[in-house]
Amino acid sequence: MNLHEYQSKQIFLESGIPVLDGGVAVSPDEAFEVAKNLSTNIWVVKAQVHAGGRGKVGGVKITKNIDEVKDLAENMLGTRLVTKQTDVKGLPINHVYIEAGTEIVAEYYFSLVIDRAKETYTFIVSSEGGMDIEAVADDTPEKIIRYSIDPSKGLSNESLRSLAKKLNFMSHLEDEFIDFAKKIYELAKKTDANLIEVNPLIIDGDNHLMALDSKIAIEDNALFRQPELYELRDPEQEDKLEEKASNNDLSYVSLDGNIACMVNGAGLAMATMDLIQIHGGRPANFLDVGGGATTERVTAAFEIILENPNVKAILVNIFGGIVRCDVIADGIINAVRSSNIAIPIIVRLEGTNVENGKLKLEESGLEIISANDLTDAAVKVVEAAGV
Amino acid sequence: MSVLINSSSKILCQGITGSQGTFHTEQCIEYGTSVVAGVTPGRGGKDHLGVPVFNSVKEARENLEIDVSMIFVPAKFASEAIIAAIEAEIGLIVCITEGIPVQDMIAVKAKIKDSNSKLIGPNCPGIITPEESKIGIMPGFIHKKGSVGIISRSGTLTYEAVHQTTHYGMGQSTCIGIGGDPIKGLNFIDCLELFEADPDTKGIVMVGEIGGSDEEKAATFIKDNISKPVVAYIAGVSAPPGKRMGHAGAIVTGKEGTASAKYEALNEAGVHTVESLALIGEKMNSVLK
Repeated sequence: MNLHEYQSKQIFLESGIPVLDGGVAVSPDEAFEVAKNLSTNIWVVKAQVHAGGRGKVGGVKITKNIDEVKDLAENMLGTRLVTKQTDVKGLPINHVYIEAGTEIVAEYYFSLVIDRAKETYTFIVSSEGGMDIEAVADDTPEKIIRYSIDPSKGLSNESLRSLAKKLNFMSHLEDEFIDFAKKIYELAKKTDANLIEVNPLIIDGDNHLMALDSKIAIEDNALFRQPELYELRDPEQEDKLEEKASNNDLSYVSLDGNIACMVNGAGLAMATMDLIQIHGGRPANFLDVGGGATTERVTAAFEIILENPNVKAILVNIFGGIVRCDVIADGIINAVRSSNIAIPIIVRLEGTNVENGKLKLEESGLEIISANDLTDAAVKVVEAAGV
Repeated sequence: MSVLINSSSKILCQGITGSQGTFHTEQCIEYGTSVVAGVTPGRGGKDHLGVPVFNSVKEARENLEIDVSMIFVPAKFASEAIIAAIEAEIGLIVCITEGIPVQDMIAVKAKIKDSNSKLIGPNCPGIITPEESKIGIMPGFIHKKGSVGIISRSGTLTYEAVHQTTHYGMGQSTCIGIGGDPIKGLNFIDCLELFEADPDTKGIVMVGEIGGSDEEKAATFIKDNISKPVVAYIAGVSAPPGKRMGHAGAIVTGKEGTASAKYEALNEAGVHTVESLALIGEKMNSVLK
């Protein structure tokens, strides 16, 4: 679960991590009020969306004229921001963050992330802040410095000191940096964050470190023990259908093709999309109905699939393990009957009681096309979609 | 022969009295698995499914010989359950539970590093040596005793690979679902090593997924250490690049992690890769002929 910059900065503030003065607004008038209360003569208006790369596409604007804050906020609010890190539709701007501007002496890249290869948290820092950091990582990997924390030893002062030295900080900033990194690590542990990114971390005009941006992502598996953070969730930043799916315990991702799929298991769902693509079709979605595949879940899944107007055919691919295929067939039949589906449905069943399941589908009188195996299913659905 | 488990393996189930624990332990017993005890804190002293229940793994261990612990404890308490099994020096721990917070798994890995325990999972279907011992949630009947070792990150994809190798009559020596979590126990390399050493395993199927770099590392390992034929399938060729929040994920993994990068690494290592899931069995059958 991602947090907005304004939420993350409030958390930084509470954790003693240095941030600039600022406040959030949902209307141009409110933005102006926030701006008035900041003791500064430079204002920064920042679009609040769950993605980076805002600056390059007009999501961060600076002004020396307080009256302009209102116009800048008005131009952003209610629009969608498309950045390198979003899809083509972009994300809605419902909040803007108004921040006091500052002088920037130097910019750094700073993040702490769960590193699956090292099986622990890793700090990633670079003196090439404010640049396209992924390009820096590709072109000049030596400029990216990492430090993975040994979980049995914890954070080591010496390692942080050597990290600071590699960034060529002046000596008083070395201590500030160590303090900063420690606070970020403590915060990550406390909040179950799998990412805290500060890009850029700057040295300001008074020669102090300051987090100019802040991104926090909380691990979904840990939300049960982070009720206060869960309250900060912004469903507007999530795809409507994906949200509906998750409320029904389904895992759904919209894609831009026209063949919908409904599958049990995430791996098989991905493999089914691959099969559709191999046979010349384009998947409209990823959908994992989970192990249960009950009538209720299958019905909800059909509803979600059919809300996408591009869908021309549906492929249901179920490997019945513990759940029997005849039970799954009942679920499919009931769901199809109650949803009035007018497009072709191809069903591939395999596993426990498969013959019985196929028979039920045949005898249902519904126009369900039965497939013999994976390849047959993919070929039939691509043909049915007319591509 | 087989790897890690066989008909004489003695199994303990942590979380045996819960609904998942009860249902699946019953299925395992029906398959012929030698389940000897269960653990549910506060429920010790009773019998459940015909086996004694203890309050702790330690207590069970003091009373019985135990080779493997199978864990069905809810995510909230699962890491404590794994650590209890490590502290009781259980040789093999199979954690089925999904949704364990990653920080909890960091703590588990730090603990297991200095022990003699091996962990499979979490978030996995478990491990099975067909017709001998089934430890987990996989449907037993699709398996057949045979010569192919299967390693997979995904539950249902494991079943597809099993189904196909059974269909071609090759059967399986042992199937290990290593699980899909970012921080987990045994990885591809550990399992490849086990299958290489097992005389009954003639060929190895590896089922991977996009994300992480375990398949790339396995490819390097196969090149230098594995003499048996390996067939591999990677799910996710069609998956679009995920929406993301910051840059750190991309920097951490670099160019690794995509299906094409994984296929490239595996092909270079001489692995028999298939682009379609439907072709795993056919490919292994032609390779072993």
